[in-house]
Amino acid sequence: MTDLAARLDRLRGAAQPRNHDARTIAALTSNPGCARRGVLDAAGIDKDAIAAELGFAAPFGQSQFAITRGNVFEAQVKADGCAELLSLLRDRLGLSIPEVAYDDLGVVGGNESRKVRHARTRQLFARALGEGPGTLFDHPLLRLDIAGQPAYLEPDVIAFQFEGRFHIIEIKSFAMIDGQADPAQVASAARQSAVYVLALRRLLTELGHDEDTVSHEVVLVCPENFSNRPTATFLDVRPQLAVLRRQLARLTGIDRIVAELPADLTFEPGAGLAGAVRSVEARYSPDCVSGCEMALFCRDEARACGSTGALGRSIRDDLGGVDSIATALALADGSLEPAEELAETAAGLRLAARLRREALGAAS
Amino acid sequence: MSALGALARLEAVAAGRAVPVATVRHCHLSERPLVIVPLRLAGEAVAPLAAMVGTDPERPRLLFVPQPRNRDLRFRFAAELAEVVLGRIEECRTAVEELPPAKDGTERVRYGEAPQIIVPNQAGVGFLRMLGRSTRFRRTDGPYPVDPAVPMLGRWLTWFADRYERPGAALLLAMTETLRLHWASGQSSLEDGNLAALLGWIDPPEGLTGPQAAALAEDPVASPPAGPATDPSFDNEVLAPAIAGYDEAADETGLSHAKERLRTVLSSQLVPTWELMWRAIGLLRALPEGANVAARHDRDRDSFTWYAETFEEGFPQARRDDAVNAARRLHDLERAQESYDAQRAFDDPLVMAEYRLTGEAFGGVVTECLPTRLDETGKKPKLRPWLRVRTGDPVRLEPGRAVCSAARPGLKGRIVEVAAGEVLVELTGGMGRKLTPEPGSVPEVGDRVCFTSLGTDSARGRPNFPEREQTPWTHGGPPAEYVPTDEDAQEAWS
Amino acid sequence: MTFDPGAEAGRVVDAVLADLAAGHRGVVVDSPPGAGKSTLVVRAAAHLAGAGERLMIVAQTNEQVDDLIDRIATGHPELALGRLSAAGYAPSARVAAHPAVRIAQKAADLDEHSVVIATAAKWATLAEGSWPWAIVDEAYQMRSDMLLRLAGRFERALFVGDPGQLDPFSTVEVERWAGLSWDPLRSAVSVLLAHNPELPVHRLPVSWRLPASAAPVVSEAFYPFTGFRAGTAPGDRRLEFSARGMGTPHDRALDEAAATGWALLELPARHTVRTDSEAVRATAALAVRLLQRGGVAHSERGTAPVDAARIAVGAAHRDQVTALRAALGPAGAGVTVDTANRLQGREYDVTVVLHPLSGRRDATAFHLESGRLCVLASRHRHACVVVARAGIPELLDAHPSAEPVHLNVPVRFPDGWEANQAILAHLAEHRVRA
Repeated sequence: MTDLAARLDRLRGAAQPRNHDARTIAALTSNPGCARRGVLDAAGIDKDAIAAELGFAAPFGQSQFAITRGNVFEAQVKADGCAELLSLLRDRLGLSIPEVAYDDLGVVGGNESRKVRHARTRQLFARALGEGPGTLFDHPLLRLDIAGQPAYLEPDVIAFQFEGRFHIIEIKSFAMIDGQADPAQVASAARQSAVYVLALRRLLTELGHDEDTVSHEVVLVCPENFSNRPTATFLDVRPQLAVLRRQLARLTGIDRIVAELPADLTFEPGAGLAGAVRSVEARYSPDCVSGCEMALFCRDEARACGSTGALGRSIRDDLGGVDSIATALALADGSLEPAEELAETAAGLRLAARLRREALGAAS
Repeated sequence: MSALGALARLEAVAAGRAVPVATVRHCHLSERPLVIVPLRLAGEAVAPLAAMVGTDPERPRLLFVPQPRNRDLRFRFAAELAEVVLGRIEECRTAVEELPPAKDGTERVRYGEAPQIIVPNQAGVGFLRMLGRSTRFRRTDGPYPVDPAVPMLGRWLTWFADRYERPGAALLLAMTETLRLHWASGQSSLEDGNLAALLGWIDPPEGLTGPQAAALAEDPVASPPAGPATDPSFDNEVLAPAIAGYDEAADETGLSHAKERLRTVLSSQLVPTWELMWRAIGLLRALPEGANVAARHDRDRDSFTWYAETFEEGFPQARRDDAVNAARRLHDLERAQESYDAQRAFDDPLVMAEYRLTGEAFGGVVTECLPTRLDETGKKPKLRPWLRVRTGDPVRLEPGRAVCSAARPGLKGRIVEVAAGEVLVELTGGMGRKLTPEPGSVPEVGDRVCFTSLGTDSARGRPNFPEREQTPWTHGGPPAEYVPTDEDAQEAWS
Repeated sequence: MTFDPGAEAGRVVDAVLADLAAGHRGVVVDSPPGAGKSTLVVRAAAHLAGAGERLMIVAQTNEQVDDLIDRIATGHPELALGRLSAAGYAPSARVAAHPAVRIAQKAADLDEHSVVIATAAKWATLAEGSWPWAIVDEAYQMRSDMLLRLAGRFERALFVGDPGQLDPFSTVEVERWAGLSWDPLRSAVSVLLAHNPELPVHRLPVSWRLPASAAPVVSEAFYPFTGFRAGTAPGDRRLEFSARGMGTPHDRALDEAAATGWALLELPARHTVRTDSEAVRATAALAVRLLQRGGVAHSERGTAPVDAARIAVGAAHRDQVTALRAALGPAGAGVTVDTANRLQGREYDVTVVLHPLSGRRDATAFHLESGRLCVLASRHRHACVVVARAGIPELLDAHPSAEPVHLNVPVRFPDGWEANQAILAHLAEHRVRA
């Protein structure tokens, strides 16, 4: 175990490290500038639990209607050895697939460790490339190193091997209507798929294959229009792959942040938790609320100290980087004489304040 | 966002309540807007769950689908909604304004009113668009016949949603966006998407500050979401059992009890938003209407009149725009954006302030004036008064740039020079036809004036677009004529 | 084997001209910065007109139209050249210099002219008339709806442009056309090729503008899949100063740029307003100092002074341009100062660039657009000096990536983040701290 790993273990305290999944790994790319999030994630800390402990439970509930719909759709696509899926690959994507073997790697019987299951996935993938016209592997168990530690991914996806090349098949239950789908949901699917593509690429390069053995074109399967009938399209995840690579490489740089933290710091539940969390700087912005479990805590903190960042990334930039609301207002009304480096920001704010005053005066 | 918008947000934080970013109302507000608060079943593209609708705050009508996965019940909901929407459309067609005949002599009319639909947020607009898409191709005969009102509703909702994209149109409004056009809150724009929170900042209830009211609004129990997405814990704890109750009802009595229960729980989710909507309408109504709002409303009425008059012979709108339609529409939207931006600035000094900040407009006091100056370099002398304006604004208009007066856009001019806090403007038009200006048309020394380059780009001629049958080879050639098919009409809605 | 740029480029031009005779409805030529696009347009025009074909030429701005007229009229005085223009067009000096060029507002008045040239906007006003051939210049900067409006005027066309520069844009944000092959917001070439994938696409392989120090950097950062090379070898171009430097950071930056073709003048890290006066002053001062020191450029074209007309100052925003012009003052008279948008297609000896991300705390899609940086980093024949505050790597590092994804929209390469990173990594080797 590396020094960093040991240090991260101490930060986490007695709690079990949280399992990463594609969603949490993909989320690493959403606010990479946040040291707080970086440390908590690298240490595998359960942010959901911490946020709840701090009194800022994350508002991420899921409706059972949505869950049911997702499950039903997936089951339907996979029914009868993925019969519907195969006809989609043939008809929609024009792949000439005579016959296909279907392997579900999810159920191996007994309760093997994930290490064993990963080994089995490896074995089957190694064999698949050498033989057979086409293979569908359901629930492969993949592995990706996160900040130097292996994370096992249990993707709810299918890896599809065809003519010596693998494609990730992602089944989602949001609708594709007249060829369009919700861009936010597609983006999220693309980010998650990129995690699988990367993990699969790592596996195949370990097996001595070329990285390109795994295609950057993911097959996205969604309900068509307003029906339950599936439809499929290719999704190019190269941009997401590039971002992911970048951020995973950066996570290993977490040691610099960790090195600056007090040696006895821990995120164990208890009276010291809030202080411990605060000691690692956050980079809060309003869009954190849609993706990070800690967001409401950080928002409260940002608001309490009157941070302009709480109002949005662009506002802070418009204010030339002034991060205190009070300072910005004092510069605007002239009650604060600006330091030299803030002179321009202050002039801009005063002009804006004058124009606002004039306009409101003219109207009254 | 500009520094001006940023500053307004900061002021709102300091004040503990929203501050104005407009001095007039920039959208038409119907005397009888049709408010629709829709809810959708989670996980589905467009499975209507319920909607609270009506034109009278005291008399909301609750429509709901007791089992949203049931296709027949969905169409029944659509038919009920159609009754309300089509009813309102018919009301608007009763009064007719006669217009002077067109150039080719054809008679022209304009309906006295245009229907206006207001939903809580942008997602609500998206829901109506999708509901329109899922119903407009339906047929009243064949294998899955629907109520004749259903495809009509689909076409009208699609028309409303298309019109929503047009800058300055006010036939379909998303309340949060409309409010944001007039007030800045002390929270982020993302949080402004929550109607209750935004309204909490604009008009906090007695005894609460803006941030307190907004915090309360984020609690889904105290303040149910404004839809169309529902609160997941409401789904799991309240809605699911109530729908199960309907599914399991053994007889008529059981069924009517189950329906009553659903009506109660859905109503509890919708009523708070319904009330917020009317409160917001009241706040908007209190603002004086901008000078150009009526003209834009006329365009809306023209569009409505044309669509209503041609409805009978028309087809449902195609699934996607073909190449020619897409290009035409884009052209249209860009022109509308340009004129909407200019009109709002002319109507509202607070909007004009944005342009003064960026240097596309400047305001100040006339320090020197030559009202009868003539330009005699040409064959005939021309009236070209000069104005020197002292300004503290960061003017970014080059000499030669055409400008007009914000107070009276008909008064045109040209920048002659910009130097050290002074701008020399040559007036070129809007002073009458004589060699001396009409009385009052030229500002005098001491007058406050504001000039801008907005709205002065010379009118481009009517653009040429090919007919769709002449779509060029670069764009795939002429597309097949779109005729709705049986398959469209029978599209699954499950 | 040695690389003979002239022969290499000549082969591509020959292939293009051969394709014009091969019966294709369209031929596309991608041209990286300074690869001889205009020369190709002039040659192709003469080639087609020489074969007796009537020809229309479409350019994007009046400026570009006038440039092309000057080049065609100078190179091929035998061609009957007509310029179609809007009412109120006053011929620029370079057009007035060719009295044989006929200027008219109606196409009918130019019936006798074998080559008629106008802006896309002017062509789009025509409802009739047909030309056997068109040459569309800067076709990647033209929106596809414009192509739709004028495509009825020609039977076949040669499309020439630079895919690495800024994409066309719109003032309205609408998603309704995303994913359509005829999306009016996409570029003319992208729509053309989506519907006519069989059309031949050529790439000019040699940049005659960019020096050997810049071509590989720009090629790798902005044209990752379709590289190009410099037409000149290291040492073919030299930049010298008549006056020696005084050891100030500005002088050291200029010396570094003269020696290596690149320099980064790095100011202390700070978040600022867009018109960061310190950065603006530094940028303007570099340009003025360059004039003062009397730059002399030696190249395959000979030796010439780097006077104000050969220097450009570039920035991302218009307010920065205004501030830069003010800062330059009379000492910088004659120096071109403009935004990336307006510098597209232009060429200078030395450029001084205010980095779009300097002083920003958060990068927006606007700042990261690869085309913007590409334009700014590829206008020079000798050297490019960039002014930026420290901290851009950290800003890029912290950039969240949550862009929405539309189905069936081709992925845009290169990614702005990657391109910025690549250029920055290169600039880091030429850093001078202010």
